[in-house]
Amino acid sequence: MAALILSFLVFSISLLVKTSLSSPSDLQILHAERQLQKFVECVLMGSIILQQVENIGDTPTSEVLLAFPPAQFDHLALVKAAVTVGKKRKKSYVPLEVNPSEQPEAPNGTKFYAISLLNPLAKGESTTLEILYILSHSLEPFPVEISQSESQFVYYHDSAVVLSPYHIKQQATLFKTPSNKVESFTQVEPTYLNGAELKYGPYEDHRPYSYYPIIIHFENNHPFAVVEELEREIEVSHWGSVQVTEHYKLAHAGAKHKGVFSRVEYQSRPGASGVSSFKHLLAMLPPRVHSVYYRDDIGNISSSHLRTSSKKSELLIEPRYPLFGGWKASFLIGYGVPLQDFLFESAVGERYLNFSFGCPIADTVVDKLTVKVVLPEGSKDPSVKVAFAVEQSLEKKYSYLDVIGRTVVVLEKKNVVPDHNIPFQVHYKFNQIFMLAEPLMLVSAFFLFFITFVAYLHIDLSLRK
Amino acid sequence: MAAPETPQPTTLRHAFGNVLSLFVLLLIGVLAFSIRLFSFLTKNGVYDFWNWFDDRTWYPLGRVIGGTVYPGLTLTAGALWRIFNSLNIPLSVETVCVFTAPIFSAFASWATYLLTKEVKGAGAGLTAAALLAMTLNTGSLFYATLNAIAYFYMVCSWGGYTFIINLIPMHVLLCIVTGRYSSRLYIAYAPLVVLGTLLAALVPVVGFNAVMTSEHFASFLVFIILHVVALVYYIKGILTPQMFKVAVTLVVSVGLIVCGAVLAVLVALVASSPTKGWSGRSLSLLDPTYASKYIPIIASVSEHQPPTWPSYFMDINVLAFLVPSGIIACFLPLSDASSFAVLYIVTSVYFSGVMVRLMLVLAPAACIMSGIALSEAFDVFTRSIKFQLHGATQNPEANAGEGSNVDVVKTEKSEDSPKERASRKSKKKEKENVERASLVSRIEKRLLVLPMEASLIAIFLLVLLGAFYVVHCVWAAAEAYSAPSIVLTSRSHDGLHVFDDFREAYGWLRHNTEVDDKVASWWDYGYQTTAMANRTVIVDNNTWNNTHIATVGTAMSSPEKAAWDIFNSLDVKYVLVVFGGLVGYPSDDINKFLWMVRIGGGVFPHIKEPDYLRDGQYRIDSQATPTMLNCLMYKLSYYRFVDTDGRGYDRVRNTEIGKKYFKLTHFEEVFTTHHWMVRIYKLKAPRNRIRGKTKKSKSKGSSTTSSKRSGARKKNPWH
Repeated sequence: MAALILSFLVFSISLLVKTSLSSPSDLQILHAERQLQKFVECVLMGSIILQQVENIGDTPTSEVLLAFPPAQFDHLALVKAAVTVGKKRKKSYVPLEVNPSEQPEAPNGTKFYAISLLNPLAKGESTTLEILYILSHSLEPFPVEISQSESQFVYYHDSAVVLSPYHIKQQATLFKTPSNKVESFTQVEPTYLNGAELKYGPYEDHRPYSYYPIIIHFENNHPFAVVEELEREIEVSHWGSVQVTEHYKLAHAGAKHKGVFSRVEYQSRPGASGVSSFKHLLAMLPPRVHSVYYRDDIGNISSSHLRTSSKKSELLIEPRYPLFGGWKASFLIGYGVPLQDFLFESAVGERYLNFSFGCPIADTVVDKLTVKVVLPEGSKDPSVKVAFAVEQSLEKKYSYLDVIGRTVVVLEKKNVVPDHNIPFQVHYKFNQIFMLAEPLMLVSAFFLFFITFVAYLHIDLSLRK
Repeated sequence: MAAPETPQPTTLRHAFGNVLSLFVLLLIGVLAFSIRLFSFLTKNGVYDFWNWFDDRTWYPLGRVIGGTVYPGLTLTAGALWRIFNSLNIPLSVETVCVFTAPIFSAFASWATYLLTKEVKGAGAGLTAAALLAMTLNTGSLFYATLNAIAYFYMVCSWGGYTFIINLIPMHVLLCIVTGRYSSRLYIAYAPLVVLGTLLAALVPVVGFNAVMTSEHFASFLVFIILHVVALVYYIKGILTPQMFKVAVTLVVSVGLIVCGAVLAVLVALVASSPTKGWSGRSLSLLDPTYASKYIPIIASVSEHQPPTWPSYFMDINVLAFLVPSGIIACFLPLSDASSFAVLYIVTSVYFSGVMVRLMLVLAPAACIMSGIALSEAFDVFTRSIKFQLHGATQNPEANAGEGSNVDVVKTEKSEDSPKERASRKSKKKEKENVERASLVSRIEKRLLVLPMEASLIAIFLLVLLGAFYVVHCVWAAAEAYSAPSIVLTSRSHDGLHVFDDFREAYGWLRHNTEVDDKVASWWDYGYQTTAMANRTVIVDNNTWNNTHIATVGTAMSSPEKAAWDIFNSLDVKYVLVVFGGLVGYPSDDINKFLWMVRIGGGVFPHIKEPDYLRDGQYRIDSQATPTMLNCLMYKLSYYRFVDTDGRGYDRVRNTEIGKKYFKLTHFEEVFTTHHWMVRIYKLKAPRNRIRGKTKKSKSKGSSTTSSKRSGARKKNPWH
């Protein structure tokens, strides 16, 4: 306990030292270039290139802060940063660590991410950073309700300049809309619209925390398939299979469908009617997948196709009905994969499961993802390695003929995008002898059953002879 | 002795195959509802179950589940589920429900086996019957009690228990009349009536009906008669013959007066009730034409229609031909038990002839009978083979010197030709021969012997027959009974095409409407809507309130505005219709529509069936009556149908629809499934009262309909 407090103290002191070291105004940015474009259906991907981040203060700094308005910060699914090394031809990227950071004195509740540099930036030194971030749910449908024949338009709110705690000498923002139809946009001179490209800037010499709110209103008929809740249950059986069950709650998060749904128009004019609706989804499953099923509360859904090859398996699923804005559907996908593809033994003698974290359905955002790894009965000391922050907890589950229950590792994460679809590992210890427990139990139960009958038939319980 | 053992497994298998299929038939119908009941049961426990007031159905009346449901199967499934889960076997609710059926069919076939064994040696009711038979033969009070408990279970599970409670008294009466009264009969019957009635009254849905309705009357009457007979026998035992004669005259004269008085009172009581104390369903059993005359709602159910010959053949297959021979076999030595079997088959044949649904009752009886027939046939054939083999081994010895044996062989051979003829004729003859044989002596036994080849071929043919029957049963169970009627399939040149429209619509309702929304549809889809769409319905398959169903029928057969008024007063948000015209699905709402008219008209006389018929013909083409073309059901079914092919050709009725282009003013289409089989409409919110506009919309309607509309509004039951 004492050690813990001590380490906490040391940690907080070091934090204090760090923040005092990198006072925001010590840096200035020569040139910033931001680009925003569609990533998947309702998700935007932004990239910022900060050229020549220069230390103008006296003390060396090892942290660069990224600022986001609070509304945007909540929708950030992912922030990545890399430093560019070398000149033009031999340019290469070295990924840097990015963590949320608190700055109490920031104006208007601005939120921050801190990029930790590889080497502290001494006075007068400069570096170039590339930042990539993904914003989900940042497109707001307007009009909120549309009828079957209308297209879907959305709003995007942002600032014309990059929000930053540093002085930026020169900057520009490029916004790529998915179609040529831009209804309106806020003018912050100079602003140019060229087809589907909207350019704000270049702007010179903006003070720290400058913010020019803009609204862009454009057509976006990409269906907003959002998985509101996804629960993946990965059950490991040492008898040779990993069984995955995924419960989906799917919704069309775009402009709500209003009034009549006419099947005759939907069927006869597929191009013009219900353009923002969708009727199938593609799930990428691991190769060598077997016993795939696709059902919901009221039984099997017959509209699905599975294509398997040695590299990957593709499951094309069709919900029971086409999804229009605001409509929902829930379903269940289950499949089994061979154990040897995913379970390995580490050098220490531990076993570990290596499985992908995110949602297998392409082009969707998951609002709340719960991954449950059900370890075999009798496994001990589970530990998880995930590349990003998740909430962890442990549960017990009783399945067929369990006596002591199975350990379940529960991982929860909000706002999951396809980029989170990377493997994670669960390490645990397991004694092979436990595999035999249940078969032995069954054998002995049946044995006892028959023995009792044999005994009953051979014992004469009558009092008189 | 080895011979009689062979037929038993076949009997068992037959019984199994058939009873299985029929049980599945029963269960599928109730399954959707059961699952819902059952999930409630597992969540809330048994006591809440009895008091459960279901407000999701029969809106706004609701339904007292505990008092209106036969809880047997649900409770059984619930108990199974509990047991499995306590053993850490996490079966889902649905799985348990589905597997209850095979478990029960296994029980049923076991019970059939026992019964058959008793006779020569249905569902839970079968157990009762089997136990009764056992009691008759053993005369044990223990079995009699078991019998009452089995009867109780039957009462819990199915309304068909009335069949058993009438069948058993009939049998007892038959026994008494034919002078077969014995103390064993008394022990078998008396406890059943007393205990059974008490137990049956415990089931909320039966309650005091167990003593008050005429369906149970027979059992009490026979109960009294039985006691009188028992008393007479007792008195006869203790009195001298002369004294007995005096006593008889005394008792008979007094008894007649008393009986007459009691009878008069009873008749007066029964006659005072309008349906003479019989429920509609039972009346339609006794008088097959009753239902179609008076209660359209009972007649409208396809299960209650008289079966066709193909359906007999489909359901019981070869058994249909084996049953008569089985009956004859039963008569040869007529015992208490076999007379019961005969009575059982005769009554069940009658009842199954009235209603398809009661094929369920026939199945076990048919199984027993044909089992007996097969067993007899095998008996004859195997015995003759045995005899032949035996004779063959003895022949050398006979040749060695013993004349009598040669004689035997000779007589045998001389009997061969007439026997062959007999075997060619029919099985009945054989049976008679079997009986004669068992009666007297070994010479006559020799008469029975068939030639080796003939009996071998016959056995082979019988086995083949059995095998084909098993194949048929498996096919029937898989294709006809297990194929859910909710998912339709059609085979075309490019493979299997699935029509999953019902679940598409229910799924849509489940996810995209408010939890409290009420959905109106014809009652056929009530259980499905509550179970699959999880929405409140107005009427459902438990057709306990005729007026409420008639209200929905009236709405469907009224013009749009009047229908809107009715639905709105019922707080309905969505109206669901089933339409098969695009893909040719024949059991859609348009084909059921006349029933809606009839049922609606039965309660609200302004709906008249002739208004919907042109010269007594039901049609939806251009010759159809304006009332038909303007009723809600027509409009909801055919709304924008003409846009699909340009001329509105209905593939079920094989005609072009009468009114092609029309608009809906009070309803809007909110969902139509992929094959148009289910269409869901939403009631439009009432328009703001702008004087000019409402007048305009009124003047649009044709004069005839508007006059009808106003008339309808006056008589609208909900205002």
